[in-house]
Amino acid sequence: MIQAEHLTKRYGFTTAIQDVSFEVRKGEILGFLGPNGAGKTTTMRILAGFFPATEGRAIVAGFDVFEKPLEVKKRVGYMPEHPPLYEEMSVDAYLRFVATIKGVDRDKIDSRLSDVKARCGLAEEGSRLIKHLSKGYKQRVGLAQALIHEPEVLILDEPTIGLDPKQIIEVRELIRGLAGDHTVILSTHILPEVSMTCERVIIINNGKIVVMDTPENLTSQLGGGERIELDIVGPVDNLSALLREIPQVKNVSLGEPQNARQPVLVETEGSADVRHLIARKVIESGLDLYRLSTQTMTLEEIFVKLTTEEETQEEETEEETQEEETE
Amino acid sequence: MRNYLAIVTKELRTLFVSPIAYVVLAVFFAITGYFFYIILGNVIEFVMQRAFQSQQFGAAPPPFDAPAAVIRGFFGVLSTILLFLIPMITMGIFAEEKKRGTIELLFTSPLTHLQLILGKFTALILFLLVMLVPTIVNSILLYLLSEPAPRLVTMLVGYLGAFLLGGALLAVGVFISSLTENQIVAAVLTFGTFLILWVIDATAGTGSTITNETIRYLSILNHYEDFTKGVLDSQHVIFYLSFIFLGLFLTSVSLDSGKWRG
Ligand SMILES: Nc1ncnc2c1ncn2[C@@H]1O[C@H](COP(=O)(O)OP(=O)(O)OP(=O)(O)O)[C@@H](O)[C@H]1O
Ligand SMILES: [Mg+2]
Repeated sequence: MIQAEHLTKRYGFTTAIQDVSFEVRKGEILGFLGPNGAGKTTTMRILAGFFPATEGRAIVAGFDVFEKPLEVKKRVGYMPEHPPLYEEMSVDAYLRFVATIKGVDRDKIDSRLSDVKARCGLAEEGSRLIKHLSKGYKQRVGLAQALIHEPEVLILDEPTIGLDPKQIIEVRELIRGLAGDHTVILSTHILPEVSMTCERVIIINNGKIVVMDTPENLTSQLGGGERIELDIVGPVDNLSALLREIPQVKNVSLGEPQNARQPVLVETEGSADVRHLIARKVIESGLDLYRLSTQTMTLEEIFVKLTTEEETQEEETEEETQEEETE
Repeated sequence: MRNYLAIVTKELRTLFVSPIAYVVLAVFFAITGYFFYIILGNVIEFVMQRAFQSQQFGAAPPPFDAPAAVIRGFFGVLSTILLFLIPMITMGIFAEEKKRGTIELLFTSPLTHLQLILGKFTALILFLLVMLVPTIVNSILLYLLSEPAPRLVTMLVGYLGAFLLGGALLAVGVFISSLTENQIVAAVLTFGTFLILWVIDATAGTGSTITNETIRYLSILNHYEDFTKGVLDSQHVIFYLSFIFLGLFLTSVSLDSGKWRG
């Protein structure tokens, strides 16, 4: 449904994104994750046809964004980072205007209006002036605006920013409800949001894609192994050596005993699940096992790890090039 | 067509919701009304003086078309007022869309630049009509009360001139507004450009070299004079129409360039 091929965008001498390629299948929700200035907004603006990429091409809803912009724009709902609102209009007047320029049939406008207002929690606000709405409500109008023409593709730039927790949950549910019929791309720098709403995640940093996978795979595989916590009762003197017999076990550390229970932290490598092997070893050595739980790396940790790794690598290459230059 | 009408309506709504429109209209009516009164007074005084003088010398006064003098004076003043007020109504037309980010909505909607530019320009032209039409009251008074009555065609040509001049100024204003996202900058630049177009013929030498002729041709005021005299010359009409076309064309280029976007 969305195909980005080698997108590069330069503003003068700054490169906002570089060689960004990805694909979103029909009905899928893709999360775009990255720190400030990573290039999320830039990518989304290209896909929505706001400006052309410097290089590369994008195909959205079956049409090339640069060659057939009108066809694409009819099928895309775009919610910019700052909701594009005419403050002096009422919510109804605004949505009516957007519906018209998005090409909604005249006799369908009324029903579309009440539908999106109901979905976005604006049913009571129709006649209020947008400038009198609170920030969260303005955000909702921004979302309603993107949904008004029942687009096949939705591009949402930080859709939950500025909302209160209840509204955030509502909006996430709304977005999840859109999957299937709609293809959704959403950007955020809130990690749990991605794991909650998205089927696939792209992490972007400094204008380049760092990784692209499902949230689950990211936490398990790219997390680089698991950490398993055990609570054990009994003499643990040679437990460490025993556990290290399992090839995946990388490290075993003993914590401070509490209430005669000995906490043990086992770190493993790779994606294989070795919890049953660990449990067997413990039981076989005559110890009592009270608890065994896994601590997976959170998306936050992966995110920080990936983005900082990327940076250190870049610094290294920069140093290298500098050295070459001095030579 | 539907998109175009939607833009026209939206633009009119935006204009008439903002206080700027009302201030502009109020100032415009006050000044045109005041100057009409002054000009009328001056012309009447002038005519009386001539009548008095000719009585003294016992000779008939040379013919003088007093109503035409009023009309010419009035449309002369009208052009100056337009020069000052039009930057006020064009300054925000694109600049505000950029500043508020609503340009992101417009540019990601299935609208063509032509629909967008023509829609906005049409709304401005309608606003210009709202300014010009009520001043017809002055002209009607003149028509009814003056003896001899002015020639109707003189007045109509005058209005056509004011309308075309206004349209050309609006097109320049629209273009300049599309260059920036700061409406004050747009207003100042527009006003500066108008002034240059206004006085440019003063920079032309007396000779009839090609440069001098070109400069004189570009003077937006030179083309206006004939209209105030009630003379309709297609050359001037074509000048203003091409000016409008050029202004809107440059706007489209400026929107396409997309340099400022981001
Ligand atoms: N108009 C512009 N001119 C110059 N540089 C720009 C412009 N717009 C964006 N950039 C740069 O491009 C890079 C990517 O910006 P972008 O807005 O896409 O980031 P983002 O991921 O959306 O960040 P955020 O989370 O803060 O919204 C940044 O380094 C930014 O400084
Ligand atoms: Mg952004």
